[in-house]
Amino acid sequence: MIEAVGLTKSYGDKTAVHDLTFRVQPGKVTGFLGPNGAGKSTTMRMILGLDQPTGGSVTVAGHPYRKLPNPPRTVGALLDAGAKHGGRSARNHLLSLAQLSGIPASRVDQVLDVVGLTSVARKRSGGFSLGMGQRLGIAAALLGDPRVLLFDEPVNGLDPEGIRWVRDLMKRLAAEGRTVFVSSHLMSEMALTADHLIVIGRGRLMADMPVQDFIVQNSTSFARVRTADVGQRDGLTSLLTGAGAQVFPEESGTLKVVGLELPQVSDIAFEAGVRLWELSPHHASLEEAYMRMTQGAVDFRAGGAQQPGDAPPGAYGTGGPPGSPLPPGAGPPQQQPYGGAQPQSFAQPQENAR
Amino acid sequence: MARNGRVLHSEWTKIRSVRSTVWTLAAALVVTVGLGVLICLLVRTTYDDLSPTDRATFDATMTSFAGMTLGQLAMIAFGILVISNEYSTGMIRASLAAVPQRGTLMAAKVAVATLLALVVGMITAFAAYFPGQAVLGSRLASGIGDPGVLRAVVGAGLYMTLIAVFAMGVTWVLRSPMLAFGILIPFFFMISGILSAVSATRKLSYWLPDQAGSMIMSVVTPSQERPYGPWGGMAVMAAWVVAALLAGYLTLRRRDA
Repeated sequence: MIEAVGLTKSYGDKTAVHDLTFRVQPGKVTGFLGPNGAGKSTTMRMILGLDQPTGGSVTVAGHPYRKLPNPPRTVGALLDAGAKHGGRSARNHLLSLAQLSGIPASRVDQVLDVVGLTSVARKRSGGFSLGMGQRLGIAAALLGDPRVLLFDEPVNGLDPEGIRWVRDLMKRLAAEGRTVFVSSHLMSEMALTADHLIVIGRGRLMADMPVQDFIVQNSTSFARVRTADVGQRDGLTSLLTGAGAQVFPEESGTLKVVGLELPQVSDIAFEAGVRLWELSPHHASLEEAYMRMTQGAVDFRAGGAQQPGDAPPGAYGTGGPPGSPLPPGAGPPQQQPYGGAQPQSFAQPQENAR
Repeated sequence: MARNGRVLHSEWTKIRSVRSTVWTLAAALVVTVGLGVLICLLVRTTYDDLSPTDRATFDATMTSFAGMTLGQLAMIAFGILVISNEYSTGMIRASLAAVPQRGTLMAAKVAVATLLALVVGMITAFAAYFPGQAVLGSRLASGIGDPGVLRAVVGAGLYMTLIAVFAMGVTWVLRSPMLAFGILIPFFFMISGILSAVSATRKLSYWLPDQAGSMIMSVVTPSQERPYGPWGGMAVMAAWVVAALLAGYLTLRRRDA
């Protein structure tokens, strides 16, 4: 398990990681998601005791990294697949790392086999393709048969087959009860690989929830429904819920309806005699939700708002930025977070709501 | 203790598994010996043209180490590369993640590299001395049994070692191979020589690591009086090396990897 409490890293007056608190649990793949420059690598380096936090702390298996008796036996990490001397053979690279922690040479051959590099083990690693380099980096992480594994962008530059191999490996390692912490800037990849997501943007925690929840709340197709009479809203909500939909009231007075097709929504409203002013289809891809979330971090800082990490899971499903702690108008436009894909509907929702 | 052994073992694997180790050390040996022999040959043929003062202070032993001015650059390159390889490749992160005790890692790396430099330095010193004297011929040559000669030869090996360790210490501070090469090579190849040639800075140059350290190789007292003897000069050089290593350690301990 990895546990960060108030983890902070600043360089001068620039804060790379701000007050991160999270737990990475064993037995599942935890995706560490954020755009480039969000502070993922800095966080990973702090976990590994390479960078000293300026505030807060992080422990691995209950100990600060530098206090671990023999770190590679507990934690394996792939930070940078390019971090090898090109003139050194794959086997010697791993051997030098193995010897650092008293791991026998036989284990080197074992991990080479696991990652499928046995045939090139004695070749100079400088000639390796990107994919082979990644495999070598992963082999290094596996050397000590550690309970905790960190992978920083492990699929970068891999071909589809390589990506799939990494994905399967992560899942297998997690299924063995290990703690697997994988960073990525690709939402789509994490949606397929991870069981749990920790999302950061601009060094701040944006979300910490199971991937399934994240998908349900962020990537569904939904209908936006506006009733002519605001008083009929609650009635319609219970009817729709009764028909199996998830209904989220939105700040502007509209309803976000998930799980029912538009014609069904229309039929239900018609039968109940509820007049609709708006019934529009919307699609939010995970990628969009993720971008919206991480870009929102900029606005949080400008507004001096509360910690987005304090927002309960579920707060992200309302269509606003995560946590929505901002007064209306202070944040990004509340109704256009989906890339403006549906320009025809909701013209002036806030006026209509009044 | 077990951990120190493991780290030493690993550092040995690292150093023997890259070609730059072989190339730089081989270059140090070949250049020092080859150039030394060439210069001895040159001196032998031109000895009779020398002025009486030059003849009086002629130092046969030191002449056979003349190739070291160039050979030491290869030794410096070895010292730089053995440390900067870790940084330029990013391997340092993996190494420090495996051994968070940074002093241990540094000590092991420096120890292994120093030992290797010492072996090659000593071989180079003896390999430069005997052929050099043979080329000089019996009229000019010194004997290994003559007073101070064995000290000078062993000292030459020590000098080669210390110059490499000094480069290691500086590289721990600078980290980047470009920076380390850009500073150390011009310094030892040109600046140190210029400072000692210009009369205004000559006294200052006595205290530079290479100028002080090279005193150990002279058997005949040089015309310019120095404020220290052969071992005193070596001590000055050693002080530089200790300072460089200390600066390197403080840098490594304090900075983020």
